[in-house]
Amino acid sequence: MAELHIALEVNGEQREADVEPRTLLVSMLREDLELTGTHVGCDTSQCGACTVLVDGHAVKSCTMLAVQAEHTAVTTIEGLGQPGSLHPLQQAFWDKHGLQCGFCTPGMIMAAADLMAHNPEPTDTEIRHAIAGNICRCTGYHNIVAAVREAASVMREGAAAPATNA
Amino acid sequence: MIPAAFDYTRATSVEEALGILASDEGAKLIAGGQSLLPLMKLRLAQPARLVDIGRLPELRGVSKLDDGRLSVGALTTYAELMDSPAVHLAVIRDVVPAIADVQVRNRGTIGGAVAHADPAADLPAALLALDAELVIQSSSGTRSVKADGFFQGPFATGLAHDEILAAVILPAPRGDAGSAYASIQQRASGYPIAGVAAVVFVGAGGLVEGAGIGVTGVSDHPYRAHEVEDALVGTTGTADAVAAAAALVVGDREVSADIHAGREYRAAMAVVHARRAIEAALARAR
Ligand SMILES: Cc1cc2nc3c(=O)[nH]c(=O)nc-3n(C[C@H](O)[C@H](O)[C@H](O)COP(=O)(O)OP(=O)(O)OC[C@H]3O[C@@H](n4cnc5c(N)ncnc54)[C@H](O)[C@@H]3O)c2cc1C
Ligand code: FES
Ligand code: FES
Repeated sequence: MAELHIALEVNGEQREADVEPRTLLVSMLREDLELTGTHVGCDTSQCGACTVLVDGHAVKSCTMLAVQAEHTAVTTIEGLGQPGSLHPLQQAFWDKHGLQCGFCTPGMIMAAADLMAHNPEPTDTEIRHAIAGNICRCTGYHNIVAAVREAASVMREGAAAPATNA
Repeated sequence: MIPAAFDYTRATSVEEALGILASDEGAKLIAGGQSLLPLMKLRLAQPARLVDIGRLPELRGVSKLDDGRLSVGALTTYAELMDSPAVHLAVIRDVVPAIADVQVRNRGTIGGAVAHADPAADLPAALLALDAELVIQSSSGTRSVKADGFFQGPFATGLAHDEILAAVILPAPRGDAGSAYASIQQRASGYPIAGVAAVVFVGAGGLVEGAGIGVTGVSDHPYRAHEVEDALVGTTGTADAVAAAAALVVGDREVSADIHAGREYRAAMAVVHARRAIEAALARAR
């Protein structure tokens, strides 16, 4: 099958790739763009490990074609923060033991990032609903909820007082 | 899992999409892909060509018609529906959060949900109860049909291969109306084992003057339970009247059975959730 040449923004950079129409967004991210932070857990739209943001909205990248993402802005876990300058969500997952094996973590964090964008002060119930599409086999979710709650509070403080370069 | 190879066209107009459908038997529409792509990955669906209607502005957005009704474009996602004036309908507020998860609600469209016609899809129950209208386009013109009668069997609707569902028309909110959705979910998938949407119109003295009852998950397609509506209208919605009406929700329909619920249990749950939906709708109307 003929490949299509597509352009999109990934983590703030213009990227291009040649993909077959049937190429899933997650395959393009992992295999063509070598962004392996996005995981494939179930490959059947159930587990949310592959969650990325497309134009700011959390989606399961195993259930979207790469061609459907043409000219969109995609954010993966690599686009949130870097070692040394972690995003508040990444820092809070570390501090609150929001992960054990870490397999679900990128997807959990991207789902939480979608929540934060439109609900800066989520209740625990709202956090649990926001991650209902993400399965974790290790933590029992308790510390994940605690981590998201913590990150929300850090981000609210950050928004109130401009962050110093920590 | 990788879908079988296909040709891909991103339609730039409804006319272009309709033209491809009319001339190519192997062409299939894709909107959000939340039902189609999982099937294609399992190779249960292997369309030769996908026509992507996902970016057609004509099919997007929610607008108010002159008569107060809402025209909801087929490409409206569940998430967008919750941010639209459609949330003034309580049954919409109830049903959308019951569907799937945030990620699926960000991509899944109402047109895709209706056209796909899963026998356990949640939204059709609400559309049936609301007496919604479906606007359907083909190269030969536009037609409107009632949701009632559109769902015909498992994944089977009144939509022809060369037609596109363009919009869903929802009724204008009314002061005397109350509505609700109640369902029992299969925990892992979130799909309802039985789901019932109820709309009631309550007049002076608490008299039920009209009702709409939509049922999903129970038989091989979502249906409107006219028997329940008829039993409810003319009563004052007492607990006994509601229970008697809810008891008619299955009637002589063939009830589905699967590993999650046998026939008897599913039928019993349909009655329970019919009663809950009607009671919640009445409470909101009063
Ligand atoms: C993990 C998961 C959980 C889910 N849980 C639930 C749940 O709990 N309850 C529930 O009700 N649903 C559930 N769903 C299904 C979801 O609601 C539907 O997949 C979604 O709404 C379909 O819309 P779409 O735009 O993604 O359709 P697509 O997948 O793009 O299309 C589906 C079908 O409709 C056709 N089609 C699409 N748009 C049109 C149109 N405008 N005109 C004509 N034909 C069209 C396509 O050709 C295709 O055959 C779940 C899905 C997933 C992946
Ligand atoms: S890998 Fe995409 S949902 Fe599990
Ligand atoms: S930390 Fe192991 S799956 Fe969540």
